[in-house]
Amino acid sequence: MQLGNLQEVIDQYIHDSQSVALEGFTHLIPFAAGHEILRQKKRDLHLIRMTPDLIYDQLIGAGCARALTFSWGGNPGVGSLHRLRDAVENDWPRPLEVHEHSHAGMAAAYTAGAARMPFGMLRGYVGTDLPAVNPQVREVHCPYTNEKIATVPAINPDVTVLHAQAADRQGNILIRGILGAQKEAALAATTLIVTVEEIVDSLEAPMNAIVLPHWVVTAIAEVPTGAYPSYALGYYARDNAFYLAWDEIARDRERFTEWITRHVLSSRDHAEFLDSLAEAA
Amino acid sequence: MRVDSSSLNRYTPDEMMTIAAARLIRPGCVCFVGIGVPSAAANLARLTHAPDMVLIYESGAIGTQPRVLPLSIGDGELAETATVVVPLPEIFSYWLQAGRIDVGFLGAAQIDRFGNLNTTVIGGYGKPKTRLPGAGGAPEIAIHAKQIFVVLKQSPRSFVAKLDFCTSAGFLNGHSERARRDIPGAGPQVVITDLGVLKPANGSQELTLVARYENVSVDRIRSATGWPLAVAEIIDVVAAPTADELRVLRDLHKRTEIAHSSDSLQFRKTASASRVNA
Repeated sequence: MQLGNLQEVIDQYIHDSQSVALEGFTHLIPFAAGHEILRQKKRDLHLIRMTPDLIYDQLIGAGCARALTFSWGGNPGVGSLHRLRDAVENDWPRPLEVHEHSHAGMAAAYTAGAARMPFGMLRGYVGTDLPAVNPQVREVHCPYTNEKIATVPAINPDVTVLHAQAADRQGNILIRGILGAQKEAALAATTLIVTVEEIVDSLEAPMNAIVLPHWVVTAIAEVPTGAYPSYALGYYARDNAFYLAWDEIARDRERFTEWITRHVLSSRDHAEFLDSLAEAA
Repeated sequence: MRVDSSSLNRYTPDEMMTIAAARLIRPGCVCFVGIGVPSAAANLARLTHAPDMVLIYESGAIGTQPRVLPLSIGDGELAETATVVVPLPEIFSYWLQAGRIDVGFLGAAQIDRFGNLNTTVIGGYGKPKTRLPGAGGAPEIAIHAKQIFVVLKQSPRSFVAKLDFCTSAGFLNGHSERARRDIPGAGPQVVITDLGVLKPANGSQELTLVARYENVSVDRIRSATGWPLAVAEIIDVVAAPTADELRVLRDLHKRTEIAHSSDSLQFRKTASASRVNA
């Protein structure tokens, strides 16, 4: 496990054309890491996330992505991800290859990936058109009952990036609250990068807590408020007003580009990004 | 229609739809809900006649009792007020797929006469006219929940003769096709719209108008439907919202609005100030 600053860690471990999963289901979305990927102008990434959320809307709109594997691509409770839509509907700023699943399918694919199985299975996708547009969704016959079961190939990202509440000095990671498929995505990856709210002497984790031990973690960067405008339980709330405001910002190509330039590209790091938002408010 | 929101004897079609949906939730029901009208309806039921119902959100929150409606299915409020928070893969495998959900609440952009749902694209898949958010949990909720309640506004654009894409199975082509394909759940047992209520007919399983709201004519509902709508012989009129239902629903929405608009700027300024002071 390596402890570094976010800039170095992203530069060292994320490369053009890789498959990268920034996971976190509404909670603990690694925005700071996503913004650093954007600042470093990584290209041709195959982005993987159950819910692309605003962070992938930004990466897609900024031209970082070649492909997207996902299962629900909206702005939760608000509406569309306009940059994702523009990429799919109009190829702007570049065409986006789409690999589409249901949540249950993608959860099964991550779980298989974490266990290093070739595929995940579920009683799913019955009666839907999804297998017709995603030929990766197939089926097997149960060897015991002959029942037909849907299958999805394992997802094993080159790099998974998470945000968590805390790491201890050895590099063990504690995650509390809504988990999504973070643990599965972490263990499915070749390289695991974690940003944390803080580094502490002791995690004081309850016995059955979600802890990722230091020897599965490649690198850690301490980034306070690194999930903002998503949230970190116990540290700060989700900025729902920002999610509402994003709808207007992302609707228009010029306004989006101006926002990204002003707040992300012109900021050296996440602290400066937060300052620039506070100034604009 | 202009509505005076302070008046308890007037109400909007959206409020009627939410309240009609809430009334269908039985006490003790284990209910899997998404964001929007389903979440509002389920929480209204919990705050009125079904305080012991169990709310499950796909983010992993089981038995949650939020004070305000979540904007997203993963809001902190849901975790903090839950009996237990489990990993998302567990929600779909141990809880949904294992048959532990009584009612799954779904919305959609398009529905057809057999209750099949589209939340994926308008137009062709490869080059859609409108790219919608997609499947999320819906395809498996549609299969595994013991019953499905569908909530959506009724118009010729949403009630279509043919879906542009089938995201989630209703009765497929009807006539027991669902059962023949060994789908465990019973499928959409009721569709609640802003105009009335539809249920599947015995045998054909085609959605049939069974109830309308006050001041909404059957002809109006027909003209808001993109296929020749089947209409039951006797059409019930759904009782107007009670003063209590409206008060609880409006209080819930008001608390929600305040909670979702106020915290952000404060946070940005606090975060910024704390670094300056550090």
